[in-house]
Amino acid sequence: MSIELIKLIPWIPLLGAALCGVCCMKPAWRKAAGPISALSIFIPFLITCGVYSAASGLTGAEKVQTVYSWIGVGGFQVNMGYFVDRLTMVMLFVVTGIGSLIATYAMGYMKGERGYARFFMGVSLFIFAMTTLVMADNLVLLYLGWEGVGLCSYLLIGYYYEKPEAVAAAKKAFIVNRIGDLGFALGIFLTYKTYGSVSLAEVTTEAAKRLTEGFDPTAADLWIPFLLMLGAFGKSAQIPLYVWLPDAMAGPTPVSALVHAATMVTAGVYMIARLIPVFQLSPAALPTVATIGGVTALLSGTIALCQYDLKKVFAYSTVSQLGYMFLGVGALSTFGGVFHLFTHAFFKALLFLTAGSVMHALAGQLDLRAMSGLRHKMPVTCWLMFVGCLALAGFPLTAGFFSKDTILAAAMTQGTGPHGSTLFLFLALMGLFTAFLTAFYTFRLWFRVFMGPEHFEMGDEHHGDDHGDAHGHGHDDHGHSGGHAHEPHEMPWWPMNAPLAALAIGAVLAGLVFGGWMERSIEGSTAKPVAVAHVESHAAAAPAYQIITVENAAEGHGTEAGAEHAAADSHDDEHHREHTIHIVMMFVSSIIALVGIALAAYFHWLNRPLTDKIATKFAAVVEVLYNKYYVDEFYDMVIVKPLRGFGHLFYLFDQFIINGLVMTVGHIPRLAGWVVRPTQSGKMQGYGLGMVLGVAVVALLVFRWAF
Amino acid sequence: MPLTTMDSLTLSHFLLTGAVLFCLGLIGFITRRNLIIMFLCTEMMFQGVAVSLVAFSRYHLNDTGQTFVIFVLTIAAAEAALALGLVVLLFRRKRTLDALAWSQLQG
Repeated sequence: MSIELIKLIPWIPLLGAALCGVCCMKPAWRKAAGPISALSIFIPFLITCGVYSAASGLTGAEKVQTVYSWIGVGGFQVNMGYFVDRLTMVMLFVVTGIGSLIATYAMGYMKGERGYARFFMGVSLFIFAMTTLVMADNLVLLYLGWEGVGLCSYLLIGYYYEKPEAVAAAKKAFIVNRIGDLGFALGIFLTYKTYGSVSLAEVTTEAAKRLTEGFDPTAADLWIPFLLMLGAFGKSAQIPLYVWLPDAMAGPTPVSALVHAATMVTAGVYMIARLIPVFQLSPAALPTVATIGGVTALLSGTIALCQYDLKKVFAYSTVSQLGYMFLGVGALSTFGGVFHLFTHAFFKALLFLTAGSVMHALAGQLDLRAMSGLRHKMPVTCWLMFVGCLALAGFPLTAGFFSKDTILAAAMTQGTGPHGSTLFLFLALMGLFTAFLTAFYTFRLWFRVFMGPEHFEMGDEHHGDDHGDAHGHGHDDHGHSGGHAHEPHEMPWWPMNAPLAALAIGAVLAGLVFGGWMERSIEGSTAKPVAVAHVESHAAAAPAYQIITVENAAEGHGTEAGAEHAAADSHDDEHHREHTIHIVMMFVSSIIALVGIALAAYFHWLNRPLTDKIATKFAAVVEVLYNKYYVDEFYDMVIVKPLRGFGHLFYLFDQFIINGLVMTVGHIPRLAGWVVRPTQSGKMQGYGLGMVLGVAVVALLVFRWAF
Repeated sequence: MPLTTMDSLTLSHFLLTGAVLFCLGLIGFITRRNLIIMFLCTEMMFQGVAVSLVAFSRYHLNDTGQTFVIFVLTIAAAEAALALGLVVLLFRRKRTLDALAWSQLQG
């Protein structure tokens, strides 16, 4: 297939969104929106598959596919252009592939909703923005996509706009993202000022050149990564800007799966991976990314332990897994980061959608305490979620196992050996502990929901009764009688369980099958970390190495030949060491995952009373974790309340000073009018008399002057 | 006889007649509230001015003034038709000819 077709990818979903918008107009047309949207995502997926071989063969300038010139001001030129390399293709597979599966599921899940067409318009528009984001050939277009996904996220979180908490969550997501996006925008400005271009290809090439030439980084080089990082932390929900993501679960579940698990929130990881040479230029940047990632992974992992809301558990789990990705990227393993992004998209989408099925079956019930032993009621969902949980827990040979292992091994490699940094060693250990937590909380949820004695309380969303359309859905698909006596029921295969099965296959096999492909893809893209002379690369990666760098450099100056020899040797050793670490980490993390699953089985399936006893004993800890370390309350006190106070002050200033001035000016003509108004009596005789007297006065004056 | 009578009439007599007509019209306009009467009063003021113009024209032996009066009368006739039409419309609206009924524009 011609490579030109790739230019169509973002525009098809945009057209789909427009058509869905048309479908909003008449209730009879609404039903068409689902298939239109799914198709508008599936066609780009087919195009992606079709042009894959052509796209991976592109070299040099061919990679930039320009559609038209977007902004041209003097020397500043921004094209509506797409940068097509193998990383782009990976991201396109994730966005369009997972996107079409989720859209198909949503056709069933959203059936009978009043805002059916509006929902799918948001989904299609989101895919337009997301594909633009991952295909952009310059930072400005990337920013357009970045803001576009933010907007769609806002629209979709606020889908249930009658619910105050959904509206609040949408606003929170939007505002928190603004903080990150401000940093990102400043980062783009500084990039343009420093590199003289916003083109991804030019910026990364220039940064790589500076790196290999041993360029002494300027202040701008040091600051750019931190500004860009802020944007990534906002979009990808990392400390300190992660607070919006758990609240974003107020949106419909397919949105949580698509936007807030599989695609949009990984944009930050993609951005850092894409610009990795720029980040390498600043010695402190990547360790900061890794630290934030590691700490976020651990903290949100612990919060997930004590949440009772099904979707909240997965939300915190998403934050935690995104932390892993940042840890991987920060440990210079963009392969690990993007690989985890890829596998995570499968299993987390699967988990969210199965959670959606449970929620659907129980009429909106999300509380873990209100459900148990549902395996007989929903066998398919039960085992699909089981597969997802295995992958998330990092059970050996599932998708999550390989990618998580790659990240942990990369961190460990940075943390041990002759140039080892204690920071990365610590982060790797933290990552291992988080892996244990992950396995535990994942299976805590699964055992609680599907195992043990059967018991459930229905939620209060009678999706079969409230709206007419859904009524038919309940009858046709499951044939249960009347709108009353709701029982949890299995979801139909089409269009709901079939896409889930596809995701489940991905969750099992994505790691095993696509690992090598992924590694080659990253190698063949700008996301490949710049290999500087060995010692220097460490210097660029972490400040902790710098002392050693100086020592080694001093040794190296002795005999050049000897130094080269030593470098080659150490490279081999390094490779060997990496391999060993990889194998060891595989075993360790498998054991950790198995222990986590076993403990979860004991505490949350076999011996629940004991767990409750322990929970009561450590009630304080549980309380803190349940309340998410009171971070929201802290932010409210430290940021939101003072800002509101300031806002009130400004309001008063505006009311009394600014408004007062303006009103005073406005009062002057009013006063003048008040003085002369009585002369306008509205009576013709009065005017007539006035005119006569006026003429008389003028005549008198003329007479006096003339004679 | 008539000629001598005519001879004894000077310019001032005609101007005085015009002024009297004008002032009567003016007073009528200011004191009366009936729209039609007020309209008739304005017509009277018109005629006062016209008499003055004709008198000046005759006095200076210049035909311009009289020509001008012919024109004014023509246009005044048209204007009278229009004004009466308006008065009829106003009457239909309020069922009264009182000019005070139309004083909404007071400040």
